[in-house]
Amino acid sequence: MYHKEKSIQIKNSASALYNNLSVLRIAPRRLTYFTVVHANVVNMVSSSWDGLNYSHRQLQSKEPNVATSTSLIMQAAFCVLPSRDLLVVTSQKGIQMYESDGSIMVYWHALDTPETPTAQAVFARGICAVSENYICVGVSSGAILVFDVPSKGSNITLSEELEEHKESITDMASETSGSQECIANLVSADDEGNLCVWKSGEEFQLLNKIPGFDMSCTSAKLWKGIVVAGYGSGQIRLFEAVTGILHAEISAHARWIYSLDIAPFSGLLLSAAEDSYVRVWHLALTPETNTVEVAHLHNECVTDTQICGAKFCDGDGYAFAVTGYDLSEIIRYVQS
Amino acid sequence: MSVRTLPLVLINLGGEMLYILDQRLRAHSTSEDGSGTAAGVWSEHDRKRVMNDVVGTIFSKSFMDELLKPQQLFSHRTMKTVLTRLAHASIMRLNPASMDRVGPQEPDLDRLYDLMVMAFKYQVLVCPRPKDLLLVSYNHLDSIRQLVRDTPVVLNQVDETHRRIIEVYSSLSEGQLQLLRQTLLVFVQDLHIRVSLFLKNHIQNPNGRFVLPTSGPVPHGVQVPGLIRTFDPRSREVSRTKFQSGAGFSGAVREGSFDLSGDRLLRLGSNMYAAEYPQETHTSTKPGVQPEDSPNLLAKEELNQLACLMGSMKTQNLSKAESGFRINLFPADQEEEEEEEEEEEARPAAGPAAG
Repeated sequence: MYHKEKSIQIKNSASALYNNLSVLRIAPRRLTYFTVVHANVVNMVSSSWDGLNYSHRQLQSKEPNVATSTSLIMQAAFCVLPSRDLLVVTSQKGIQMYESDGSIMVYWHALDTPETPTAQAVFARGICAVSENYICVGVSSGAILVFDVPSKGSNITLSEELEEHKESITDMASETSGSQECIANLVSADDEGNLCVWKSGEEFQLLNKIPGFDMSCTSAKLWKGIVVAGYGSGQIRLFEAVTGILHAEISAHARWIYSLDIAPFSGLLLSAAEDSYVRVWHLALTPETNTVEVAHLHNECVTDTQICGAKFCDGDGYAFAVTGYDLSEIIRYVQS
Repeated sequence: MSVRTLPLVLINLGGEMLYILDQRLRAHSTSEDGSGTAAGVWSEHDRKRVMNDVVGTIFSKSFMDELLKPQQLFSHRTMKTVLTRLAHASIMRLNPASMDRVGPQEPDLDRLYDLMVMAFKYQVLVCPRPKDLLLVSYNHLDSIRQLVRDTPVVLNQVDETHRRIIEVYSSLSEGQLQLLRQTLLVFVQDLHIRVSLFLKNHIQNPNGRFVLPTSGPVPHGVQVPGLIRTFDPRSREVSRTKFQSGAGFSGAVREGSFDLSGDRLLRLGSNMYAAEYPQETHTSTKPGVQPEDSPNLLAKEELNQLACLMGSMKTQNLSKAESGFRINLFPADQEEEEEEEEEEEARPAAGPAAG
């Protein structure tokens, strides 16, 4: 179904972090941006669609105007809003927001870090854009910071702090189907596998809480009102977002799932784990019976690699890209 | 990232160091002509004394207190400094010529460190669940106990430390332990030093990367991949479909013991050299863990950490009358040392590993 294409080399290897690959497709310029985190650096590659041109950039995690302090980065992700695209980088020290090409940092938010380290680690993790103008970022305390983003400029403000999770946020996702009918448009996941479903607005509203199984939910997606969640147990669960009804459970992987992605136009689901496997599935929702069908379509094994990032490169799922711990390349697969 | 990595790193890396020391000391226990009392030969008594000294220093209460404070993991350079000092805790001396040399290259300690770190990297990478990192640590502690079993005072220190580790780490969730593991994976990232023992046992490829099996039992608590279950809105199972996972995973085995003693089941972290002595274990001649490019100063925070750790170490006072034992950990050829000095820092290219 898919075959391997030429890999893109990156300047450093990928670190073992959940969801360690972000992809931004820029159709008007026939370019795709990829970001991969390595320790305290974000590797950005801009790849032209004809495969002939690659340009690289590296972003460091640091407070503006402070020369030496860097910290380990937890995640880098593109946030697509109607008016603009931003690249958000979260680390132990705070949250950085850049223009999508990484050229200028437009916003910095410092995390509250105590003078002497406490037993609980401090970091930000879990990034997504929600509706017209919000970017949400999770924190190790379980809080979710909601930033209000103007259509241009750097006047980004912290609009709200959502405190519902008690464990560190692992991932967040917004509704990707584009459907206006879905009430819920944000899902957040934490280290104990708890999921919160939200409706965005001036004040975000908690619609539902889906309890975890004491097993970290490392990656979550929201599509057509369905939450798709990947866990450290290697399982994928599909829930109806607003009610929490379990639609399906897949024993998908033999090790921790590190990344999930959905191609919204085709309903293809991508899962990747430390067991070296990437799997492609198809989801079909039947609204009348409120059931979901899951079909397994394809496997790829990346030999001797613990996969840490996997994303579709387009909305149909025609191509996908994969990163692995200690690997200095982005592996690409395209439909045959 | 995690602020609780240090105790586990010292136990595991320190453990690997002790395994190698033990193996080397045993290898030197008979002289070439079998005379047994020639200079540079170690008696059983000497070996035990060294083990007791080093273990006693690592597992001293004050040192462990310092390690258990929440703090960031430091650099390889600092780690080497700490471990060197720990090894010096005994009246044993590593090859003095190389220790006195000013400059970044200390062949004995560098290679010893490379070997330790690669063993540790393997353990962290392939341990089935993040929680099993604790079993790996407990395996090290079990083996260390064996090394000092004849000395109750030191044995007691190890037991005490083990109890404290259980107390601190048992309460961490799987997610927190995975964060700890991810922090350790950053620490050992990009190290692909080839180790002859690993190559021989097919756990490492010639390019230095470890072999990750896609078969065998799944970790405890994980289902074998291959099943899709769907449910109706009333949570009744509607269908069960199998899919081809392409892998050869089988059902989980029972869980190992997380207590002070017990069958850990997992073999990672146990003394792999125990079966191998007196055979030597070598790393490839390519330079491994390099000091950072700026040789000047460690970051201020790391210097502070280092100072605290050194201060908390109880080391032997060496009397001048003691001649001191000497040991050459890696009987390096002269050619190999010269070759190493000429090489640039690079990933290992194709080529034979030493030994």
